[in-house]
Order: sequence, then C-alpha cells, then structure tokens
Amino acid sequence: MRGLNFDIAHFLAGTLVLLSFMQLYQDRLTALLHIFALHALVLALSVGWQAYVQDAPHLYVTAAIALVFKAIVIPVVLRRIIVRLGIHREIETVGGIGLTMLAGIGLVALSMVVILRVTGGADPFAREDLAFALAVILLGLLMMVSRRNAVSQVIGFMSLENGLVLAATGAKGMPLVVEISVAFSILIAFIVIGIFLFRIRERFDTVDVGALDRFRGDRA
Amino acid sequence: MSIADAAVMAVLVIPALAAGLLAFLPNYRIGAAVNVAAALFTFLAAALLLLQRPALDHYLFIDDLNNVFITLTTFVGFTTSVFSASYIAHELKIGRLTPINLRFYHAMYQTLMFALNLALVANNIGLMWVAVEIATLTTVLMVGIYRTHEALEAAWKYFILGSVGIALALFGTILVYLAAQPVIGAGFDSMVWTTLVARAATFDAGILNLAFIFLLLGYGTKIGLAPLHAWLPDAHAEGPTPISAVLSGLLLNVALYALLRFKILLAVNPNAIAPAPLMVIMGLVSLVFAAFMLYRRRDIKRFFAYSSIEHMGIVTFAFGLGGALANFAGLLQMTMHSLTKSAIFFAVGHIAQAKGTQRFAQIHGLSESNPSLAFAFALAVVAIAGLPPFGIFKAEFLLATSTFAREPWLAAIFGFGLLIAFGALIIRLQDVLFGKPSPSEAIPMATLFPLYAHLAIVLAAGIYLPQPLVRWFEAVAKMLG
Repeated sequence: MRGLNFDIAHFLAGTLVLLSFMQLYQDRLTALLHIFALHALVLALSVGWQAYVQDAPHLYVTAAIALVFKAIVIPVVLRRIIVRLGIHREIETVGGIGLTMLAGIGLVALSMVVILRVTGGADPFAREDLAFALAVILLGLLMMVSRRNAVSQVIGFMSLENGLVLAATGAKGMPLVVEISVAFSILIAFIVIGIFLFRIRERFDTVDVGALDRFRGDRA
Repeated sequence: MSIADAAVMAVLVIPALAAGLLAFLPNYRIGAAVNVAAALFTFLAAALLLLQRPALDHYLFIDDLNNVFITLTTFVGFTTSVFSASYIAHELKIGRLTPINLRFYHAMYQTLMFALNLALVANNIGLMWVAVEIATLTTVLMVGIYRTHEALEAAWKYFILGSVGIALALFGTILVYLAAQPVIGAGFDSMVWTTLVARAATFDAGILNLAFIFLLLGYGTKIGLAPLHAWLPDAHAEGPTPISAVLSGLLLNVALYALLRFKILLAVNPNAIAPAPLMVIMGLVSLVFAAFMLYRRRDIKRFFAYSSIEHMGIVTFAFGLGGALANFAGLLQMTMHSLTKSAIFFAVGHIAQAKGTQRFAQIHGLSESNPSLAFAFALAVVAIAGLPPFGIFKAEFLLATSTFAREPWLAAIFGFGLLIAFGALIIRLQDVLFGKPSPSEAIPMATLFPLYAHLAIVLAAGIYLPQPLVRWFEAVAKMLG
C-alpha cells in the first residue's frame, strides 16, 4: 500500500528539511535551540512512522532515543550552558542570510537531482527519504560553515546527524547495530562537546570560535 | 575455539580491558607499565594471526589485506607506548600534565588501540564505521589534553572536521547498504563485507558510485587528503607527541584501509565508475600541496604533519593508480611511512623536550648539544626524504618507475612533488642539526630504543625484502586490483 503511508513519511521528511531551513536564519541562540528541539521531535515522529510502516519494532528504540535525548535532554542542557555563559540574549551576526538561503536552496535541489536520478532502481520509500535526508545533511553542513559560534556549530552538527538517522531508518531492514551506534555516538559526541564548551569558556571567556583563531599556532 | 580465534579476540579484548583498568590506576608509573604490557601482548596476539587465520565470521575476519594493517598497528602501538612512558615522565616533571591527566591519557590510549584494531578486523561496514568514529573521538580528547589555547583550538577543529568526515562516511555506508539490499536482502547480511564483495557485481552501479564519492570525502578527511586536511597539522602539533606518532602512523592508515575496502567493492562491479582517477588526483594534489607547504612551517611538529599529508598523498596515488606493481609500492610505502614517521615523532618529542620548544627558530645546533639524539633524528629524516638505502626509497622508486612506464605525465608531477619536499626536509634538517647550539637540557638515553627499532626495520626493508613478505604483499596487491 503506497498511498497514505508513503504520504505521511514524505510529509515528515519534508518537514525536517523545512526546519533545517528555519535553522539557517535564526540569529538568537535560544530560538535556534527551539527549532532544533522541534527538528528532533519531527525526526522521532518520522522514525516512529517508519517503524510502524516497516513493521520493525527495533526502530521504536531509535525513535525513543531521538525523542528523549535529542528533543529533550540535549536542548535543556544546551540551554543551561547558554544561560550560564550569559550569551542567551546575544544576537549572532549571521553573514548574508539571503546568500545562505540561496545556497541552501541550491543544496536541496542538488540532493534531489542526484539521489532521484541515481537511485532509479531502488525502493521509492527509501529513495525519497534518502533525497530528503541528504538535503538535511547538506543544510547541517552549511550551517556549520556559516556560523562562528561554537554552540550553533554543535547544533548544525546535530541536525546533520538527524539527517543521517533519517537516511538509516529509511533504508529498509538496516541492521540495528548502526542505529544504536548512531544514537550512541551522538551521545558521546555531546559529552565531548560539553567538555569542550566548558573548557573553551574556562580559557577564553567566550564561545566565539573566531576568538580561537587568534591563537593560530603557526603564526610566529 | 582455535588459537587463531582466540588471537583475534585477544587483539580486541586486551586493549579494552586495559583501558578499563588504566582508568582506575592512580599511580602513573604502574599505569605506564600496564600500558606497555597491554600493547606488547596485543602485538603478540596479532603476530599469532600471521601464522594462523581464524575461520570466517559475520563480525570479525582476517585476510591478507587487514593482516598487514593489524600487524603494523599493534607493533607501532607497542613501540609508541614505550616511547610514551619516557615522554610523559618528563611532561609530569615540568608540570604540563598531572597524574589525573595521565590516568585519562593511558585509558584513552588503550581505547584508541581497541578502536583501531576493531576497525581493521571488522567484517561489517557498519561496525568498521563505529570503530573509526570511536578512534576519532578518543584522539580528539587526547589532542586537547594540554588545555592550552592552541590545544583547544586544534581539538575543536579536529572534532568538527573529523565529525563531518565521519558523517559523510556513514552516509556512504548507508548507500552501500541500499545498493546491496535488493540483491542480498534486508538485514544483517547486507552489511557483511565478505558477502558484499562476493555479490557486488550485481549491485546497482549508480548507488555504488554515489556511495564511493561520500566514502572518499568522508574517509578522505580522516586520511588527511588535500583539500580536506585542515585538521591534521593542528592536531599533530598541539597534542602530546606520542599521539602525533599514532595519528600519523596508525589512524591515517586505518582510514585509508576503510577506503581501500570500498575500492575493492567498486572494482568488482563492472558498471561502477573507476575510483582510480579520483584517488590519483587527490593523491597528487596532496603531495604537491603539502610539499610546498613544508617551506613555510615554523613549528617542527606541524612541519612533519605536512610531511604526513605528503606521504598519504603518495600512498593514495599509488593505490589509485592500481596494478600489481603500483599497489605493491603503495603498500610498502604505507608501511615504511608509518614506521619512519612515528620514529621521527619519537625523536621530535625528545628534541622538543630537550630544547623546551617546538619552534624551528629556537632549535639549533642539536648535533653539539645532544649528539646521539641528533644522529637518530638525522637518520630518520634521511629515511623519510626517500634517500637510499632506506625502505621509502625502494617504495618511491618502484612507484616512480611503474608510473613512468604507464603515465609519464603523472610520473613527472610525482617526481616534482618529491623533489620539492626533499628540498624542504634537507633545509630544515640542517637548521636543526647545525649552527650555534640553542640552550638545551639532557634527556635520558634509554628512550631511543623504539626509534632505532623502527629505523632498523625500515633499513632492512630497504636493503632486502624477505621472500615470504614479498609474496604476502603481492597477494594483497592482487586483491586490490
């Protein structure tokens, strides 16, 4: 049955791409964090839906991980860090929003063209999910390069990982090993980041990565 | 369970247990000793695998290709742990590290060894990816261990770029699964490498091509290929020197190994693109770019990090070129580079400790102030520069001649890059060895053992390669196509 099941999966994946776009032009960290929480929530729904459609109960675990860790725990903790650092009211100068959005549109178009053309033979479910997933990944990458703030870079990285989870769950019957590992790696990554943010704060009194560039080891 | 099965398990279990133990050992001297012992036993277990292969398994397997890597990895892991023991004693004395740092450091060292070994013996592309990710995270933590401005910046840069690379590699892995799934069926089997390679001929070539692009970009970032290399010099320069040695000697190789596995997969499929041109171009660009960058370095560890980019470029170029001879040369070059570069970092670690700085401007007259160290360093640099009678000369000569016979233009670019790099190495070597000695302090002498162990192998390989080794490398070269 291709009709409704397919449409709902499509709708959820499309919403993820839309939310990735919304992340691109947020100039306040708290707003960005809210969008990211929403992003993770939609991912959880999407994974849950895949679990239902594919009749793969282990995917519910992945959905639960996305819901609990990425939509609740991580945003709460990051919010705390932001407040503690006193940068929650700061407005981040995002250079050239118009240009970034255009680049984003280009990336989405690119992923559609590439995936849909290349994967003609594959299962349409996986195929369209994959196209959206690649778009989310590329938008996450774009966000990481267009931001200077360490917290926004981290959020960009996590929405990139959301795209990976979307791709992994869209691929039918992909072994559990990978899904758990993805979720797990995000957790590890987050701990690492937590330590780093703490240390950066300790040493620099700022989380602006631009400040780090002053200490380029290679300049005499 | 046969001896070989036990050996494969030991290669994974020993470092994992040691990591757990080291995290709780308060005394750093005992910690360092346990670290060395664990690395030694891991190496002995890996050496057993040379004699006997375990039966095929859905999780772990050993073939000619990963046998080369696993032997090399465990050996360099062992010698580096010996070097590390003397290195950290000095760091502790001057107060750059505290005993608590060291507990963490030793536990991370063994976790890294575990991850590297797992990536090498995994028979599952998902598992392999997980292992490379763990290796990345542990090295990020170790690069940042000094907690200086530079160390934090390097660790952050490495973390961000490494994660992006790892993410792209995962996407590529998912695509490989998607290509395999219609043929092999949904489920675990579609990620088992031996099954994949047996049936790859009937996979959808389009998806496989796309997957390879992502895998090349993803694992290529970890190999340090230009223009994806930006993390590498910082990570090498700012972390503890033993970590620079394992980064250059081992982690880059493991990423390359992952890429080679997928290259074999593509070679099996008649409709897939040839990975050769991409790898040749990235390899040569890395070589020439890094060779020029060598001239502008002011930091000795950064300098040799660029030299690693150069050599990984050569190796990627060789494997990209393919064919029995070029693959053989690539394999030899990779092995020799691992041994020589880690030997150089052992020497550089001691030099930086003796002189109290990593800046070239303040390192002069080493031949007067620390003659034996200067001698060892000079030998290692001569070896890495590709002069006879060392092994790298043999590998580069083989590669140059086989390239010249097939693609003269590529050989010209290759030779040009080598010459440029050679010039930089010799200029810097003179700077360090001669001139008015800068102030320095004596360092304990027993610690040059790992360095000479490496150089002895590199020298022996340059003079004579034993027949069994040649046959083994030839088998691998054939496998790589």
